[in-house]
Amino acid sequence: MFFKKNRNKPKKVKNRIPVVGITFVSGFLFLVVFGNWIAPYGYEHWDMTSMMMPPAWVDGGSMTHVLGTDALGRDVFSRLIHGSRFSLLIAVACIACYGTIGVIMGLLSGFIGGITDMVIMRLCDLWMSMPAIILAIILVSLMGPSALTVVIVVGVAGWPGYARIVRGECLSIKQNDFIKLARVAGCSNLRIMFSHVFPNIANTLIVLVTLNIGQMIILTATLSFLGLGTQPPSPDWGLMMNEGRQYINSAWWLVVFPGLAILMAVLGFNIVGDWLREILDPKQRLR
Amino acid sequence: MTDTINKEILLQIQGLKTYFFTKRGVVKAVDGIDLSIRRGEIVGLVGESGSGKSITSLSIMRLVPKPAGEIVEGKILLYNENLLEKSAEEMRQIRGNRISMILQDPMVSLNQILRVEYQIGEVFRFHKKTNGSLREMCVNVLKNVKVPSPELRIRDYPFQFSGGMCQRVVIGMGIANSPELLIADEPTTALDVTIQSQILQLMKRVQQETGAAILMITHDLATVAQICSRVMVMYAGRIVEKAPVHTFYKTPAHPYSSGLIKSVPVLGKKTGRLFSIEGQPPSLLDPPAGCRFASRCDQAEEICHREYPPEVTLDENANHRVSCWLHT
Repeated sequence: MFFKKNRNKPKKVKNRIPVVGITFVSGFLFLVVFGNWIAPYGYEHWDMTSMMMPPAWVDGGSMTHVLGTDALGRDVFSRLIHGSRFSLLIAVACIACYGTIGVIMGLLSGFIGGITDMVIMRLCDLWMSMPAIILAIILVSLMGPSALTVVIVVGVAGWPGYARIVRGECLSIKQNDFIKLARVAGCSNLRIMFSHVFPNIANTLIVLVTLNIGQMIILTATLSFLGLGTQPPSPDWGLMMNEGRQYINSAWWLVVFPGLAILMAVLGFNIVGDWLREILDPKQRLR
Repeated sequence: MTDTINKEILLQIQGLKTYFFTKRGVVKAVDGIDLSIRRGEIVGLVGESGSGKSITSLSIMRLVPKPAGEIVEGKILLYNENLLEKSAEEMRQIRGNRISMILQDPMVSLNQILRVEYQIGEVFRFHKKTNGSLREMCVNVLKNVKVPSPELRIRDYPFQFSGGMCQRVVIGMGIANSPELLIADEPTTALDVTIQSQILQLMKRVQQETGAAILMITHDLATVAQICSRVMVMYAGRIVEKAPVHTFYKTPAHPYSSGLIKSVPVLGKKTGRLFSIEGQPPSLLDPPAGCRFASRCDQAEEICHREYPPEVTLDENANHRVSCWLHT
């Protein structure tokens, strides 16, 4: 589900550093960390005297609000910057949530095998057969929309992907002699799982997480856009698009800039994820 | 089985049967073997691939891969305790502590992404035998097996070691808790010849220092000649001959043993084609009723195909036994 690349494709000889991806991601992370100092206004700062101002380079715009303002006179640029933090925080929380469940399930499934394996894998199949967004909508309508709900919902929906990949890795690592030797040394199953198998799948996990952050940003933005996620006045990008939607004819900047922000963040994480997968793949390194 | 030699018997296996239950049928990998190892001796277990040597060793450790493999019958006595009756927890206390093991390929028997120190430490950590700091103990382990500058190497990862050095580390781990029995499953096959002899010397030295018994599993007769005091020959899941090393090389009793010895090239002696035993070992899915070697044996008689030969003692003092109709 996460890797849809053609496996027969001949391997690239050289790994170019993805300048664009790294720029986007580092820019994004920079905003997350230093956003408070960069943003000219707070995200709740409103000013009725300067409502619906267009971006600075359009007629009627001014440099006081570089990317314009919305219906309440809030600065779009500032809200985008603050929004980066929301997006990343939610994405990371989601991944931490379902990554943990997924990894534990995958390790148990792959390492113990037998009935445990079967039960967990069938559960995964069941879970994956439901479209994530529908599942999310159902759960949100049951629990009420909020940022926390989004985390829980996405967390519950996403673990099978991780579990399957971890299980696969675990099955192949399990065959190694060092696992046998660890047994010989008297290690318990739990210890072997977490201190011998887990570090060996860390590479895969790093790639998976990086690629996933992009997806999470989209998913949470989608939920917010549908009004099921974070609630106003949070500067969530999806929510900003949702709010701007009604003015799309008169104030295009309210929709376009949050959309661009999402695009750049997701694109950046995807490119970096792909790159990481290539450089962390032990098969591509010299033995 | 009566063992008249008065040295204390450390490990005794009686009628061990380890079967694998596969879709195609039951593979009788180990089909009723008896053997005994005395304290502090080095015993060689030789046989070709698939003859059940490794499964024997895994059975002793109770690490037969589940769920396909299972020990169906027999006793494995460590002194007087039957290992097959131990709980999983008790077994873990024994592994790495009283019985330890060295595996074939040193490059894969260490986890490549954990520091050597961590992996050696694991042997101590679990068995809680700490005197001095863990770091010191790990350094001592490497010192014991003559890894140069152990204080520095301890911080390295296994991929920074050469194959021979890795095997030293593994041996060090194996003997760290001074086990009573060390099972070495083809410890030198993955190494080149000069390193092989170094490792064998190391094992011999270690054996003399710790007094551990070693069960040396190999298909290399040269290895056996170099360090073992007794040999057991395994063929298709059964032990066909047990003999002291010298007797084994001078007067092998079983046709299979003599075939094996004849097929080793001798340095300085000009031979044409090397001797080889014709045919293939029988399928363990459905082993023949009689002697398993009968179909390849040039001295086979009618009875060989019909009935499995009993174990005959040829020399009581030297403890030379063979399972062959030729000697009954």
